[in-house]
Amino acid sequence: MKNNKGMAGLFQQWVFVGPALIFFTLIVLIPFLMSIYYSFTEWNGVTTTVKFNGLSNFKHILLNDEDYRNAFWFTTRLTVTNVILTNAVGFLLALLLTQALKTRNVLRTIFFMPNVIGGLLLGFIWQFIFVKGFATLGDLTHLAFFELPWLGDAPTAFWAIVIVSVWQGSGYLMIIYIAALSNVPKDMVEAAYIDGATRTQVLRNIIIPLIMPAVTVCLFLTISWSFKIFDLNFSLTKGGPFNSTESVSINIYQEAFRNNNYGLGTAKAFVFFIVVAIISTIQVMYTKRKEVEV
Amino acid sequence: MDAVKKYSGRLFTLEVLGIIIALLFLIPFYFVIVNSLKTFPELAANTAKLPKSLYLDSYVKVWTIMKFPSAFLNSLIITVVSNVGLVVISSLAAYRMVRKPSKFNNLVFLAFVAAMVIPFQSIMIPLVRVAGQIGLMDSKLGLIICYFGFGVSLNVFLYHGFIKSIPLEIEESATVDGSSPYGVFWRIIFPLLKPMSTTVVILNSLWIWNDYLLPSLVLNSPELRTIPLATFSFFGQYTKQWDLALAGLTLGVLPIVIFFLAMQKHIVEGITAGSVKG
Repeated sequence: MKNNKGMAGLFQQWVFVGPALIFFTLIVLIPFLMSIYYSFTEWNGVTTTVKFNGLSNFKHILLNDEDYRNAFWFTTRLTVTNVILTNAVGFLLALLLTQALKTRNVLRTIFFMPNVIGGLLLGFIWQFIFVKGFATLGDLTHLAFFELPWLGDAPTAFWAIVIVSVWQGSGYLMIIYIAALSNVPKDMVEAAYIDGATRTQVLRNIIIPLIMPAVTVCLFLTISWSFKIFDLNFSLTKGGPFNSTESVSINIYQEAFRNNNYGLGTAKAFVFFIVVAIISTIQVMYTKRKEVEV
Repeated sequence: MDAVKKYSGRLFTLEVLGIIIALLFLIPFYFVIVNSLKTFPELAANTAKLPKSLYLDSYVKVWTIMKFPSAFLNSLIITVVSNVGLVVISSLAAYRMVRKPSKFNNLVFLAFVAAMVIPFQSIMIPLVRVAGQIGLMDSKLGLIICYFGFGVSLNVFLYHGFIKSIPLEIEESATVDGSSPYGVFWRIIFPLLKPMSTTVVILNSLWIWNDYLLPSLVLNSPELRTIPLATFSFFGQYTKQWDLALAGLTLGVLPIVIFFLAMQKHIVEGITAGSVKG
């Protein structure tokens, strides 16, 4: 009897957890473990011969691969800029939409809309805006801003990606910040005003500390979006001009699927994983400490 | 009285500010839609003007060149089947992990949570090899199975947090009535999960529908192309022919924007609920 029940329990365990575990193992766990192994090999992805070559991939990445280093530097700059601007814009939009505006719902819809469209299509849309749309606006207004060679020059191409990322991401953060702002207890804010606090004081000393959990989430999201950027970057600039806007993801992709250096590509991807994991952990630990319990 | 006046004056300024920002947000859509309805010479002359007359030929051409109906159907099938599968396997697993927190289950849960940090780019290269060896390449089902694997971590995590808040008494009374564990799950627990299932479906749909990289690695045949893949190959062929390219882009963007406008309320709630547990 007892044995029977144990069998039934085991069977249930597999019915409930089995499918999720099998797919996870097959698609995520095994490839992840393989990627650690392939990092130490020379492999072109086609032949079955995988040659073990120790640490030489990593040596190459750290010492000789200038493109990879540039890609990391570009991605880091992009992430810092995007995180600051997307959060600032998202938060300000949220502040705006938590006022008693008549057009609140329509505005919320509009600000969020870019986010439902995938990065690939957004990149193409903006390619048209930067190339043709800005040219027309330049002819009409003669503003220097519109007459810049947006996608044709390294510094402006960087800002082009920033503009599109902020336009895409701020609506999403706005939604999270709105939820957080509407959970701030009203009596607390009112009490502060009665005590003679100014708007900025209330914002800085009451509202911001209380919405730190939302800030954690938003920082986490924006870091992760920007650091792993691929689609938007791929369709807007394809890493150009002259590889100046090549993100780490694109660099890994090209190394593996265009140059057929699967071993080296995997090693690059592994270094990328380590960096992403470290950044995310530090960021969550740091912001969690600043959270206030109500 | 004076205070009221000042207050509404401030609100009015903010309202105007909001509308101006909203117009700025909409400008790209204006450019794309307006120019997709122009002939090429008209578009080349001035991109900011409204079209003289509605020119729909580009849309007719793009509809067939891009094989839009087939791309739409592929995207739809892949998104729907992946969602159904993910909801079922993730809620099953999360339920068991909450109710039977054995060492093994805790370890699996920990692995799922930890895996959320792994960027897709870090495993895509070996994944292509694994997928090739077990016959997942160049098939819709293969791609769907990949989505099962990638989606399951976050989905189990979201369900896990939600199920913890469901009181045990509800299912105990059903067990006394003689329901099997499967019956308890399907008839009692699963319906209670509806709010979280909505969140999960919305987050998964936005991700899977718009995904480019994974389908581009798994699917090769032109007839299997999803909307992002079809748009990409179309855009590559017709780069400087903006009249066609823009009609293609508008078609590509349209389904998800309509979905968003129809499901807005759920999407906004879903994202809020999904992010609280970040």
